[in-house]
Formats: sequence, C-alpha cells, structure tokens
Amino acid sequence: MAKKLMKGCEAVAEAAIQAGCRFFFGYPITPQNDIPEYMSARMPKVGGCFLQAESEVAAINMVYGAAGAGARVMTSSSSPGISLKMEGISYIAAAELPCVIVNMMRGGPGLGSIQASQGDYFQATKGGGHGDYRMIVYAPASVQEMIDMMQHAFDVADKFRTPVMVLADGIIGQMMEPVEITEGGNVVLPKKDWATTGYKTGERPRSIVNSLYIEVEELEELTNRLQARYREIEETETKVEVYNTEGAEFVLCAYGTVARICKTAIMQLQKQGVKVGLVRPITLWPFPSTAVHDAIVADSVKKALCVEMSAGQMVEDVRLAVDGKKEVAFFGYSGSRVPTAEEIAQRILEMRGA
Amino acid sequence: MAIVFEKTSVLTDTVMHYCPGCGHGIAHRLVGEVIQEMGLQEKTVGVAPVGCAVFAYRYFNVDMQEAAHGRAPAVATGIKRVLGPESCVFTYQGDGDLASIGTAEIVQAAHRGEKITTVFINNAIYGMTGGQMAPTTLVGQKTTTSPYGRDKDHCGNPIRISEMLATIDGAAYIERVAVNNTANIIKAKKAIRKAFEAQMAGKGFSLVEVLSTCPTNWGKSAVESMEWLEEEMIPYYPLGVYKEV
Repeated sequence: MAKKLMKGCEAVAEAAIQAGCRFFFGYPITPQNDIPEYMSARMPKVGGCFLQAESEVAAINMVYGAAGAGARVMTSSSSPGISLKMEGISYIAAAELPCVIVNMMRGGPGLGSIQASQGDYFQATKGGGHGDYRMIVYAPASVQEMIDMMQHAFDVADKFRTPVMVLADGIIGQMMEPVEITEGGNVVLPKKDWATTGYKTGERPRSIVNSLYIEVEELEELTNRLQARYREIEETETKVEVYNTEGAEFVLCAYGTVARICKTAIMQLQKQGVKVGLVRPITLWPFPSTAVHDAIVADSVKKALCVEMSAGQMVEDVRLAVDGKKEVAFFGYSGSRVPTAEEIAQRILEMRGA
Repeated sequence: MAIVFEKTSVLTDTVMHYCPGCGHGIAHRLVGEVIQEMGLQEKTVGVAPVGCAVFAYRYFNVDMQEAAHGRAPAVATGIKRVLGPESCVFTYQGDGDLASIGTAEIVQAAHRGEKITTVFINNAIYGMTGGQMAPTTLVGQKTTTSPYGRDKDHCGNPIRISEMLATIDGAAYIERVAVNNTANIIKAKKAIRKAFEAQMAGKGFSLVEVLSTCPTNWGKSAVESMEWLEEEMIPYYPLGVYKEV
C-alpha cells in the first residue's frame, strides 16, 4: 500500500476506526481538535457514532456507558481535559471496562501552554484518578508507531477489561508524516457477556456495571482481582526499544518525541567517536524496568541520562529500575521547550569530561 | 387460591435499605410496574446514581449501570447510543445528584433530546450523606449544613428543575408528581408511563420529578413527612405537566 502523508491526530483517529472503534465521545481542546473533527466526518460513514459531549467529564462518562454496553469506544483530549477525565477513568478501571483514551500532552500545570510537553507522565502512570488502579500507557514516538499501536490498544483493553491510554504529545499530534494504515478487514470483538444489553431471564446472569463495593471483603476481592491482572499485564504487555546499547559508554533514556531527538544526538556523538545507546519505554506502564536496568547497569556504561519534556518524571522510574547501581542524570525542560539534539549531545560530552 | 396482586417482576426480591416512610420504595415500584406493563424488561438498562438510590442496581431486575455522582445522564447517553432506539434507558437520580453536581449533564441530555427517561427524586435534602442542604432545600428549612435554616440571600432560592428543563427544546415530556397520597401515587405512575412512552416513541428527553419524603433527615415521622410534603413542598413545587410534545 502506498504511503500517505497524514497528520498525527487524523492518523490516530483513522487507525482507531480501522481497529473497529465505532463510538467516540469528546470535547474540543487544543492541540488535539483534529481527532474529534476527523471522527465527526468519518464515524457516520462507517455506521458509527461521534458525539461532542458538553465537557470532558461527560465525555468520559459516555465512554463508561458505551463500554458497559459492550461497544469498542474511545475518547481523546489534551492535558487539562485529561485531568477532568480522571474521575471517570478511575470508575472505568474499577468497573472493569475496556476503552482507549488518547492524550496529546500540552504544557502544564493549569492551562499551561498549547505546545507539546511530557508533563503528564505521573498522572498517566501513577494513577491520576483516585484509588488502587493501573492503566496501560503506550508512548508512541512517531505517527506510524501510533497508528500501529491502536489496534493493539483496543485488543488489550478488551482482553484485560481495562482502560488503555495512548500518551503522545502535541508534536506527534500535529506533525505530518508519510504513513501506512492497514485496512481493518474483519475486526472481531470478543464476546462481552458481562455487558448491559438487556436482561433476558435464563440466558445469562443480570449484568451490573458497577464500582461500588460497600463491604471491605468485596472491595478487596475486586482490588485483588485487578492487581492479579496487573501482574499479568506486567509480564506479557511490557514493550521497550533498546537501541545501540551494545558496548555503549552512555545510555540515554527517553520516550515519545524526545526519544527521536535522542537518536539524532546519538548519531552526532557517534561522529565524534562517543558510543551512546538509547532505551525507549514504549509502555510507560507497565514500565520496562528490566530492560532499563540491563541497558544502564551494563559494564561498558559510565552513566545514564534521562531526557524529558518535563521537570523530571520518568527519571524516577529509571532510577528505581537502576537501583543506585549507576548514576542517572536528568536533562529536560518543563515549559514546553523542546530539548535539541545538540543540547543532549553537549550534556553527554560534559558528563564524559566530568 | 387466586393471586390478586403480585410484586412486579422488574423488582428483585432484595430487601431495600430505605428508611421507613421514605418515598424511594414507592417510586421504585412505580418504575418497575411501568417497565413491566410496557413489556420493556428485556430491553431496559437502568442507571443508578450516587445518593440514597445508589443501590438501585440491586433492586431493579434489569441490566444496570452505576454512575459517578451526577453523571447518570452521560452514562445513559453512552448506553442509548450503543443499544439504539429499540432499547429503553432510564436514569434514577436524587436532587443532590441531579440538581447540584449533575446539572450540566441533565441540562445537556435534555438539550440533545437524548432519548432517555429520568426519574428525578426531589426530597429537598441530601439523604445518604446525612441530611445536608440540597439546591432543592426550602427557604428556612434546617439541615445539617443550614442549621439556622436556608437563607436565600446566602445560598439562593430552591431550584425548580422541571420548570427549567421544560424550556429546553429537546425535552419531550416533563411532569412533576408527588407520592404523598394514593391519588398522587396513581398520577405519578401515569406520568412515569408517559415519560417512558415518549422515549420509546423517539420524541426526545423525558423526566418525571417525584416529590418525595425523607423522614430520617427531616426529623419527622412518616406521617408528618407526608404532611410536610403536601403543606410545604407542593406550594413551592407545583405539580403538573410542564412539557408534552
């Protein structure tokens, strides 16, 4: 199939449709408006439903209702809007409902900026909403990778009955790249006999979609079930790219857009005779701790440098993974400024000189 | 022996947790009977609120979803859009849930003409959390957060939901009823039926506001509560059809 030039937001929307998503509920917020706009044009053509909700709060609760009724459903937003969705995401996790949420991160806190940022790492990976839950978080580094993730994101959401977040940023959302989107063909949804589709006595137990467990023992049963599922997800769903680490003197750790900039820095440093590797988590939760540990703790590595478009969030997980066995430095900007390859290379050279 | 009366099959046998003299039991029964009489049990999905009716999913013998506080109309929207016009989707919400935290969701569901039915229980107080002031609490009414009586200069006059929603084009049927005596209970059932009929005919959004009692948090006996509803609530919240298309 010929490659097509597509903007990230439109590409992720089309990829969702090809993955069988037929319901989209959202609310406008920059820099991801191209997603609801694209969905509003495409959904009616494929027999789906696009509905612009009155708020992000309503949108995520429409997702809850639709997921509970058995649909393949998604929403999208950007940082401040995702904050509003967090209550709903906690309920969705507790009610064991599958859905996909796309976050095209912008600068924060507060209204912040409308430029790209990676300031929502904590929110996405450490809860965000209340209570003991987890959410699978994918961090694409290109438009193509984001497209390729969507089918998997929906399938994994259904398999584990859990919310899944695709955590990109304003750059990936607004950037145009040549991409290929595989036509969906036959997307077969798994049987959802727990969905509220109308109770016919004798056919199945009455379906109740709920997150209230007033008895301690009952709530514990839910959280134990969730935790067991999370352990399985950690074992089977962790994804990471390890690049150029064999014999590397330094290892960079970055995700999404910043990881691509790191690759340019690695090429620049290679020309100067400095071998630098990269470990790029593709799932931010589950975090690829083993791969990060192994890449950084290797004998050839002097130090590691974690680079983010934040004041330093993922670096905490990197340091936990490395467990003090190697020094992990941090470089990043938190005001939506994008670190350049030259700046990253300069940091490595400084670490080498030190 | 001939059976002359049976509990509706749309209510389960679970013992309700509602206090003696509370109107929820009556309202539940009316909703259940209407769903059964209209032959909708197998097509219905209900949405329970946060509030005293939070356990409604235990009592209605249909598929149910439990929503976050105030969000039932949004959840119902998601369900209805997936299951389509043949399905019957209702929300059952109290006045804290609907008239306070959930005003955006109820107004916008009506605005979209969402083909769902809302049963709105107005008992002028937050029941489950222990008797705090609601937007519907009457002026001068004492609650745990208005211990000197509701002061309209401080927190406004009680909100009239039916009147407000009736101004919205997407609302197809809006009626206010009460469950304080047999005559009113019979009228309430008719109103609930009309609301469900409006949904199934695809006319738009429908809501029945049910004036109800809360003896526990009002600090009254069951009988006194029924009297208070009649003497204090109905004059401020007049009964009747506010919208019918």
